[in-house]
Amino acid sequence: MTKTAALLLICLSGASSLRAQGLDSTTLAKPATDAWPTYAGDYTQRRHSSLTQIDTSNVHNLTLAWVRRLTAGAGGDDGNWFGPPPGPPAITGGVADQPVNMPGSTSGTPRLSGSVLQVNGILYVTSPDNAWAIDARDGHILWHYFWKSRGGTHIGNRGMAMYGDWVFFETPDDYLVSLDAKTGAERWHKEISDFSQQYFSTMAPVVVGNHVLVGTGDDLDSPGFLQSFDPNTGDLQWKLYTVPMEKGDPALATWGSLDAARHGGAQVWMPGSYDPESQAYIFGTGNPTPAYTGALRAPKDQHTNLYTGSVVAVNVNTGKLMWYYQTSPNDTHDWDATQAPVLVDGPFAGKPRKMVLQASRNGYFFVLDRTNGAHLLTGKYSEAANWAAGVNAAGQPVRDPAKDNTVAGALVSPDNGGATNWPPPAFDPQNGLLYVPLHEIYAMYYLTDKDPRMLVGLGGSEQDYVGGLGSSLVAIDYQTGKVAWKYRMGFGFGGSGLLTTASGLLFANDGAGSLVALGLQGRKPPVPLWHAQIGSVDNAPETYTVDGRQYVLVMGDGAVWAFFLQ
Amino acid sequence: MHSRRRFPFCGLLIVACVTSLSAQQAPAKTPPRPAPAAPVDRSGRTPDYPEHPPAPPEQVAHGQVLFRSNCSFCHGSDARGGEKGPNLVRDVVVLRDQNGETITPIVQNGIPAAGMPKFALSASDITDIAAWLHSQPLSDRGTPSALDILVGDAKKGAAYFSGPGRCTQCHSVTGDLAGIGGKYEPKMIQNLIVSGSNYGGRRRSAGAAAPKTQPVTVTVTLPSGQRFQGEIDHISAFIVALRDSNGTYRSFARHDSIPNVVVTIPFQWHLDMLPQWRDTDIHDLTAYLVTLK
Repeated sequence: MTKTAALLLICLSGASSLRAQGLDSTTLAKPATDAWPTYAGDYTQRRHSSLTQIDTSNVHNLTLAWVRRLTAGAGGDDGNWFGPPPGPPAITGGVADQPVNMPGSTSGTPRLSGSVLQVNGILYVTSPDNAWAIDARDGHILWHYFWKSRGGTHIGNRGMAMYGDWVFFETPDDYLVSLDAKTGAERWHKEISDFSQQYFSTMAPVVVGNHVLVGTGDDLDSPGFLQSFDPNTGDLQWKLYTVPMEKGDPALATWGSLDAARHGGAQVWMPGSYDPESQAYIFGTGNPTPAYTGALRAPKDQHTNLYTGSVVAVNVNTGKLMWYYQTSPNDTHDWDATQAPVLVDGPFAGKPRKMVLQASRNGYFFVLDRTNGAHLLTGKYSEAANWAAGVNAAGQPVRDPAKDNTVAGALVSPDNGGATNWPPPAFDPQNGLLYVPLHEIYAMYYLTDKDPRMLVGLGGSEQDYVGGLGSSLVAIDYQTGKVAWKYRMGFGFGGSGLLTTASGLLFANDGAGSLVALGLQGRKPPVPLWHAQIGSVDNAPETYTVDGRQYVLVMGDGAVWAFFLQ
Repeated sequence: MHSRRRFPFCGLLIVACVTSLSAQQAPAKTPPRPAPAAPVDRSGRTPDYPEHPPAPPEQVAHGQVLFRSNCSFCHGSDARGGEKGPNLVRDVVVLRDQNGETITPIVQNGIPAAGMPKFALSASDITDIAAWLHSQPLSDRGTPSALDILVGDAKKGAAYFSGPGRCTQCHSVTGDLAGIGGKYEPKMIQNLIVSGSNYGGRRRSAGAAAPKTQPVTVTVTLPSGQRFQGEIDHISAFIVALRDSNGTYRSFARHDSIPNVVVTIPFQWHLDMLPQWRDTDIHDLTAYLVTLK
């Protein structure tokens, strides 16, 4: 037995008794085929499926299996008179007597931008304050849970996590909620962050062994952290702050003061990856705060503001930091490093390596050794990115102060959304390429207040869009950091995440309302083979089999869309 | 921070297809659509977080007086941090406080370990101080700059305009740009210089509405040789739609390179300039154009 397998058994033994009805936890540690059991399908975040039923020769026959439109709020899912039977009434929970009224949460069209779990033929779907279980064969709604919210930033929800017969999701007003997957009945809810400090929670939790890993977000000056909860009781197992909170923390030397560090951000708002062999949960952290000035948090060159804008590895059992790599030292542009850390095993510089890849929001691409965080390579995948003057010996882009927010205005790319953002990339092991949605947009960055003390959170910056070179899909060769090809997708936000298959397909959002299947051609740009205009494509496409038949699932325009070969 | 880009992007469209025109891959421009109901900015919307109900003005004023005489020495006259004391506006104790209940014990007992002395202030006085603290704005996210952006040299700007900037190839200070300095605020002019279109600065710049600029047009040539031309409506790898000079809407399915599609962007030069600009030239040009009144 390999060391990996032994560790896995140890990790998973606690859950194995639960597998009869719910999720067999061993599915989490292998690439998904008949399930999509965790945020990215599996722990590597490669979003690469080994399924080949749908391929370049038959994808033109891909057709709609079913579509289910969802309605948010306690009164949702009434169905319509000519449609299928209406969904069941919503089960309500939440700590507010009366939910803060928000279209998209308490009523109307939900924002469906997260991952959908598919386990044993049941789909688990979320939007802010709402969760559904849906039959993967016909879209029939099994249950709908609605959380009465006390408010908070309702920007999105990235999906659920599953452990045995239990599902978990976060709410914008900072609760982790656990439901019985069979009935939608609430098991418990736990407060995960302080609402009065304007934390808001969107992350899809990640289950590893008997840990539910939970991050949260904040756009004010509050410290970031990652927490681990017991899936059974909801008790806190450990909490790792991503900025120094006490004197004596070695990272404090990278801050102007302890007060600045304790308000320094580094929010953990996207799911990480997991390496069973090293028991490392690898995740990205957000920008430092205040976002647009380093005057107080980073008055000197050595003030890089750890661990903001970093890829961080934590031991999943102890909650202890294992290593980190900072992709934007002393960031002044809101360059989160929360983009998916993609785990890849393969050759690098002639030797086999265990790596983590990240195409970061700042327009640069990084390859690290995931066993120790050692930097292997930096590439620049956005030609337009102009905020950095160069790359230092550690492979980190060095910011150009002239391209900060200035009173007179600086022409900067990327714009605030970044070269890429939360929409996940996909890795293609056959071609050794990481496919990434890229936006090359320019904005004039104006500083709005000369007194850095007045800049709180994301305040202090006016950013005016002044043009762009468009949106594309780029293929990054991880061994060289070079862009192998660039496929122009047009403009707008045309990136809601990607999916590749072993049959040479790349599923993407064309930015104009269509789900597209592109045929990969190795080092040559891909060609469009199939598309379906569904209004908008709001999450990353997924694929799995049900009853042995391969489906492609996507959400958009307030509905869940399932495609298969007719 | 989390991206709110999705909605902001909607406004920004056209500029995009830009370089794609000549490219083999079909450009895909997101069709213009009205802003969704979901908010774009934090400004002008219902707050996501409960705010402290406003206290009576006299209580707030009294709190400010007390703060200035007791607290500002360390925390700054605006409570946003001084030499010794931290910024209180964003402080967790203040954020959690409703009516002085969490602030009072700290003020009355001090924090000796952090060097904060105790103050002999009554609970009522501290409640007033809390009321003033809670009246201070937390973040100005989304608020446009009101600062004077003019730092450039108008003479250098004039030289750049007619010299290396090659602006005179398309523009004239006595023609299309005549009097522009009197029509728009400097920041709008600067954003227009860079964008070359009315998309620049449309989101946040205050002042007069941006001028109308020439629309993006498309010419579609069918295999038969029949040709259609008009203002672009939307375009992707799979469809192109236009409105011709009669206002008639026409759309054409696209398959590979059929029909032939040529997009014309009147501000193409400005897009090509984006990677090349020096900020000083932008600032100098702005300083020059604002003199054209």
